[in-house]
Amino acid sequence: MGRYVLRRLLQMIPVVFGTTFLIFWMTWALPGDPLAGKCGQRPCSPEFIAAVRDRLNLGDPLIVAYAKFMKNFLTGNLGDTVSGENIANLIQTAFPVTFRLALLAIVFEVVIGIGAGILSGLRRGGFFDNLVLISTLIVISIPVFVIGFLAQYFFGIKLGWFPVTVSDGAPWGDLVLPAFVLAALSLAYVARLMRASLAENLRSDFVKTATAKGLPRRTVIMKHTVRNSLIPVVTFIGADFGVLLGGAIVTEGIFNISGIGGLTYSAIRLREGATVVTVTTLIVLVFLIVNLFVDLLYAVLDPRIRYE
Amino acid sequence: MSEPTAVGAAAIARTDDHIPSGVERVKPAPEKPRSLWTDAWDDLKRSPIFWISLVLMTFFVVMAIAPGLFTSKDPTFCDLANSRVSPSKQAWFGYDAQGCDVYARTIYGARASISVGIAASLVALFVGAGIGIIAGFYGGFADTVLSRITDIFFAIPILLGSIIILTSFPTGANPSQAAEITKVSLAIAFLGWTSTQRIARSSVIQLRGADYVLAARSLGASNWRIIRRHIIPNSLAPIIVITTISLGGYIGAEATLSFLGIGLQPPVISWGIQINNAQDYLRTSPYLLFFPALFLSLTVLSFIMLGDTIREALDPKLR
Amino acid sequence: MATEDPNARLLQVKDLEVEFRTRDGVAKAINKVSFDLDKGRTLAILGESGSGKSVTAQAIMGIIDSPPGFVTGGQVLFRGRDLLTLPERERRLYRGQRIAMIFQDALSSLNPVYKVGFQIGEMFTTHRGMSKKDARLKAIELMDRVRIPGAKERVDDYPHQFSGGMRQRIMIAMAIALDPDILIADEPTTALDVTVQAQIMELLAEVQKDTGSGLILITHDLGVVAEVASEIAVMYAGRIVENAPVDEIYRSPAHPYTRGLIDSIPRLDSKGKTLYAIKGLPPNLTQIPAGCAFHPRCGYAQAKCAVDPAPPLVAVTPDRTSACYFWREVQDGNA
Repeated sequence: MGRYVLRRLLQMIPVVFGTTFLIFWMTWALPGDPLAGKCGQRPCSPEFIAAVRDRLNLGDPLIVAYAKFMKNFLTGNLGDTVSGENIANLIQTAFPVTFRLALLAIVFEVVIGIGAGILSGLRRGGFFDNLVLISTLIVISIPVFVIGFLAQYFFGIKLGWFPVTVSDGAPWGDLVLPAFVLAALSLAYVARLMRASLAENLRSDFVKTATAKGLPRRTVIMKHTVRNSLIPVVTFIGADFGVLLGGAIVTEGIFNISGIGGLTYSAIRLREGATVVTVTTLIVLVFLIVNLFVDLLYAVLDPRIRYE
Repeated sequence: MSEPTAVGAAAIARTDDHIPSGVERVKPAPEKPRSLWTDAWDDLKRSPIFWISLVLMTFFVVMAIAPGLFTSKDPTFCDLANSRVSPSKQAWFGYDAQGCDVYARTIYGARASISVGIAASLVALFVGAGIGIIAGFYGGFADTVLSRITDIFFAIPILLGSIIILTSFPTGANPSQAAEITKVSLAIAFLGWTSTQRIARSSVIQLRGADYVLAARSLGASNWRIIRRHIIPNSLAPIIVITTISLGGYIGAEATLSFLGIGLQPPVISWGIQINNAQDYLRTSPYLLFFPALFLSLTVLSFIMLGDTIREALDPKLR
Repeated sequence: MATEDPNARLLQVKDLEVEFRTRDGVAKAINKVSFDLDKGRTLAILGESGSGKSVTAQAIMGIIDSPPGFVTGGQVLFRGRDLLTLPERERRLYRGQRIAMIFQDALSSLNPVYKVGFQIGEMFTTHRGMSKKDARLKAIELMDRVRIPGAKERVDDYPHQFSGGMRQRIMIAMAIALDPDILIADEPTTALDVTVQAQIMELLAEVQKDTGSGLILITHDLGVVAEVASEIAVMYAGRIVENAPVDEIYRSPAHPYTRGLIDSIPRLDSKGKTLYAIKGLPPNLTQIPAGCAFHPRCGYAQAKCAVDPAPPLVAVTPDRTSACYFWREVQDGNA
């Protein structure tokens, strides 16, 4: 197991550098003026251009500039927005809010998604199963921002069950509806995947063995099928986390949540490319770390992986 | 996703009988040769969902190609006097804040959205499947390098990556629709190809050890020939499925980018832009958001449903 | 009968019928199959793929996938008690404790995510209420008994860490854990190398002698059967076509199909001659030929073989039966 962990960590290193380099290249080194569109509708002020060129060493060869960028990034020197606010400070205040939103969303995704998947996988063809299949298909097809507006309209404006926008400080109660909207797409995929995985495992040979051993049906299902079925689902939740983070931008925008997503959302609207890129790089790094943890969890669930 | 396991029911032998001479017997009706595709087509023919999604998809594609068939109104003709007038018999979907006919704009909006979806899918298909097949077939060093590269691209979520790219390529004053569509499609495909690559690669790896590949090789077939005649046809099934489903996703991605304001830019008409403009009037004129959202969702739904039914039909384990 | 009768025979299968309802038709997988098993005896059920032998085993255990499989007739009498009429919760009490099964492919038949000690120990924690610690000790004991080296260390390993032969021993350990009255081994050696096959068969024979249980051995391999079985029932297309003590069947088969199987075995003294194989292929179970299912491939067949009903099992000797009108001719052909 230890070797597996070490191997995964080592594998992650080139990916982290490769990804951040790719982002850096996409942002500052694509053909054309690197500062085009980075300061909103107006062209950047000369002071800003000078500060950026200096901070990012855009005159240096690409690799050197990238190296310096990474050094700055990792030491928390993230620069300022066009209006002069320190990006690092902004992120510090925004991060806990998004963390809570994402946590809530993952709880919904895991509990409701896996629960619904198990129930419908056990009774395939039944009423609940068809309900799950149809509703998840619909949810998957509707882009997250549409779901956000619909939820805001029906549950916030029309029914008044939830606040239409989230108040300052983002208390947990206010975050329930946005978290559910954020989780909706992933939840739907998780439910479908769990269902398929469970149905497939129910037909496997080792389930026949378990039944032949005289184990009660409930034990056969809970002990011998659910854990095996969770394996691909866990992998998916990790890979999907990136989509969740992307969706946070939209969701925080719609519900007026001042988290990382909201930060990115307003930066996009104001065309502040520099802020967008910095925050996005951070989000990608978070995604990679989460993926690492998910891979470790996968090894806990599936012993075959540990010895590869 | 998950790997298949064996199914343990009784075997039903399916054979032709060879009858020795001299014994009288009734010969059963000869059967057509059955392949994965004919079996799948049999299943699909009978599935109502397949037909519904096919019809729906065709409906929207036709709308994209020939919007004039659905409306005679001009989507760019806007009269501020009509600002936010509710739906009526003259204007089925009402008018938006600028006084433009929502119905006409919704119909014309199909073209941009669906074009982006198709263009992005084609790029992702060729790049992704190409790299996946090479990585899977040749294995070894090539595979390691290509897979690491794929991992790097995979680590950037599509939405975030597209935002970064599009932020770096701001649109000029009066963009042409073609240029806008190309730009957004490439931005999406730049990161979207990774899922196709993974599917193609794992599909090819499974086929690589197949007996008929070995047989072809021992008969002297070149690698290219093996890829072209044996690998590609047999790995098509999962690739088709992922491409169809991704197509729906890309249409959604375009809408999201346009909604955020960095996708397609006006005067290009797209559903995402319409929804973006409609959000300020959610309380007072919800129909402004509802109609384009409906069309968008149905389009995405049709592609995803189609891909899903094809996948179920092609999956030998679900028999 | 509501309870068991200790004086009745251990197992009596009478006129068992199982069908599979599929999209392409109804396949009669088992068609009025009958046989008996006594304590300490080994019955081998011999047949090709699709003959219905595995389905018979599953029907006795009650683990047929339903749908699409359905038991549509017959009785399975365990000491006089018909298992087929029992409600599920009572039927379950027989599985593992009174009748145990050893499956063919141990790699897919063992759960890959649990340690083997846990899987063997489950028999004790579930049926005997033992603690996990005690069950683990019992598992080590069993692993020793089936001769897995280093059982104390290996009890915490996972199935994929064992070789094929070792995995099969684990399956056997699981099956004998609670000293069942009947062991059913479904093609226990098919997935193994020849040398390992011999070891496993030896182990099975030994285990049976120790416990005195009845053993049903399901196989398609004539070679495997010769060492271990006392009787053989040959199945074809869902029916038993011959039933005889083991030496007699090899020496003098009384059914054309059995005859064909035995003739197909390559012999050292047939060097230079063409290998014999039965012409044709087994029938599609949704379209079983009328009369005797084997008649299209049979060299002895005559007009009445193609007409329903199928030939009944008739006594060749007091303890042999054959389902062929022309068994005498077949036996004469053996001389």
